[in-house]
Amino acid sequence: MIIVGELINASRKAITEAIKNRDVEAIQAVACQEHEAGAHYIDVNAGIFLEEEEDYIRWLVQTVQAVVEGPCSIDTPNPKAIEAGLSVHQGTPMINSISLESDRYNKMIPLLAGTDCRIVALCMSDEGMPKTAEDRLRVADKLINGLVQNRIPLENIYVDPLVQPISVDRTFGIEFLKAIALIKEKFVGVHAMCGLSNVSYGLPGRPFVNQTFMSMAVALGLDGAIINPLDKRMMANIIAAEALAGRDNFCMNFMKAHRAKKFEF
Amino acid sequence: MDKNQILEKLAAVVMDGTEDEAKVLAQAVVANKIDPLEAIEQGLSKGMEIIGGRFERGEAYLPELLMAAASFNAAMAVLKPEIEAQKKQLVKLGKVLIGTVKGDVHSIGKDIVASVLDTSGFDVVDMGVDNPSLNIIQQAEKIQADVIALSSVMTTTMPAQKEVIDTLKEMGIRQKYFVIIGGGPVNPEWADRIGADGYGKSAIDAVALVKGLMAKKK
Ligand code: B12
Repeated sequence: MIIVGELINASRKAITEAIKNRDVEAIQAVACQEHEAGAHYIDVNAGIFLEEEEDYIRWLVQTVQAVVEGPCSIDTPNPKAIEAGLSVHQGTPMINSISLESDRYNKMIPLLAGTDCRIVALCMSDEGMPKTAEDRLRVADKLINGLVQNRIPLENIYVDPLVQPISVDRTFGIEFLKAIALIKEKFVGVHAMCGLSNVSYGLPGRPFVNQTFMSMAVALGLDGAIINPLDKRMMANIIAAEALAGRDNFCMNFMKAHRAKKFEF
Repeated sequence: MDKNQILEKLAAVVMDGTEDEAKVLAQAVVANKIDPLEAIEQGLSKGMEIIGGRFERGEAYLPELLMAAASFNAAMAVLKPEIEAQKKQLVKLGKVLIGTVKGDVHSIGKDIVASVLDTSGFDVVDMGVDNPSLNIIQQAEKIQADVIALSSVMTTTMPAQKEVIDTLKEMGIRQKYFVIIGGGPVNPEWADRIGADGYGKSAIDAVALVKGLMAKKK
C-alpha cells in the first residue's frame, strides 16, 4: 500500500500558520513524523492561499525534502503551482491530481505528458460527481486512455474513484468499492487510491467507519491511500487488511509490524 | 385520533418515522378533513424544526436530517393535491422563482421553503441547486416571476446572492422583482447590505415575508 501523508495541508489551522510564518521547523517536524510513520509520499497543499500558492508550494517542497529523503505529493488543481513544485522537486513526485474536468485536464496534460510523475487521476468530469460504479469506470476509462496516449505508463496512474458520504446516500460506499474492482479488472497494472475520510461525513464514530471502509477497499484492490499516517489504528488496519487480502507474502509484513508493536495502541 | 393527536404524530413522524408512515398519516389528515396548511405548519414543519435543532446541537446526525426531509416530502406529496383543489378557488398570490445559488448544492432547506410557499398559494418554480446568476435571471424573465428567492447555505456562496442582485441592477431590471434571501448563515444585515427586499429565517417566515411583499405590490 502506497501511503501518502496528508497532514501538510493548508486547510489545517496549524499548517496555515506555519506556512504564513514560513516556519521551517514546524513543517519539517510534521514531515519527519509522517515519513517515520511510514508515509511514502509527503503531500503538500497550499490551496487556501490563492495568489501565493505557487511560492508556497515551491517552499513546501524544498522545506520537506531538506529533511525527508523521499518524494512529495504535489496537491493542487493549479497547473502553475504544479510547475513551481516540479521545478524544485528531487526524485519522482506524485501529482495530486488531474481530473476529466476539461479546463483542468487540458492545462495539466502538457505539463505531465512523457514524464515519470506518479499521477492521481480523480474520477470527476464536467458532468460533476459520479454516482454509480459505472459512472466512475466511464470517467476512469477516458482519463487512463488520455494519460497513456500522452506517454504516462499505466503503472504510474493512481485512479481515485472519489469517495462520497454514506450519510447522504447509502449506496455511495458500495458503488465506490465496486468501482475499484471494475477499474482494476479492466486496466491491469493501474493503481487505485483515495482519501477516504469523506465516507463518514455526517456520522458519529467516524474513525471506526473509516477503518472498516479501508478494510473493505483493500479487499477489492485499493493500493494507495491519502491518510494521516500518525493514526496508528488506521495504519495497523491497513497492514492486517493487506495480509487478509492475500497481498502479504508469508504474512511477513504483518509479523514485522507485530514485532514493531504496531498493533499496540 | 383527534386533530391534535394527528398533528403531534405528524411532527413525530418527520423526526423519526419512515416515508410510508408519513404518507399514511397525511392520508389521515385528508380523511379527517383537517386543513392541510395547518397540518404542514403545526405538524410537518414543527417536526422539521425540532430535528433541525437537535442536529445543530450535535444530538442528531446527517442521515436523520435527510430522512426527516424525505418523510416531509412524502407527506407533502399527499397533501399537495388537496391544497391544489382548494387553491383553484383562490386567486394565485404571486409567482415565486426559487433556487440555490451558484456553487451551492444544498437542497434540503430550499425544498422546504419551496413546498411551503407552494402550499400557501403561491405559484412556485423551483430551479434546483447550483444555479449561475444569469440563469436565474433569465428564468425569472421568462416566467415573469414576482419574487426571486435565493437560498445559500454556505458563507462561501453568499456572495452569489449579491451577484444576482447586482446583475439585475446592471441589466436595469432590479425593480421588476422582489428578491428575498435565506439559508443557514444568511442574516438580516447581509440582506440589508446587498439590497435584498427581505430575509427569512425559516419556511414559515418566508410565507409571511412574500405575502407582505406581494401586498405592497398591489
Ligand atoms: C446536509 C448538508 C450537506 C449535504 C447536502 C445534501 C442536500 N441534498 O442538501 C452534502 C453532504 C451534499 C453537503 C455537501 C457540502 N457541504 Co454541507 N452541510 C449540510 C448540513 C449538514 C445541513 C444543511 C441543511 O440541510 N440544513 C437543514 C435545512 C432545513 O436548513 P437550512 O438549509 O438552513 O434551511 C432553512 C432556513 O435556512 C431557511 N432557508 C433556506 N433557504 C432559504 C431561502 C429563502 C429565500 C428563505 C426566505 C429562507 C431559506 O428555511 C429552511 C427551512 O427552515 C450543514 C450543517 C448545518 N448544521 O447546517 C452543512 C454545511 C452547510 N455544509 C458545509 C460544507 C462546507 C459542505 C461541503 C463544501 C463539504 C465538503 N467539503 O465537501 C459540500 C459543499 C458542496 C457544495 N458545493 O455545495 C458547511 C458550510 C460552511 C460554510 N462555509 O458556511 C456546513 C455549514 C457544515 C460545516 N459546519 O462545515 N452538505
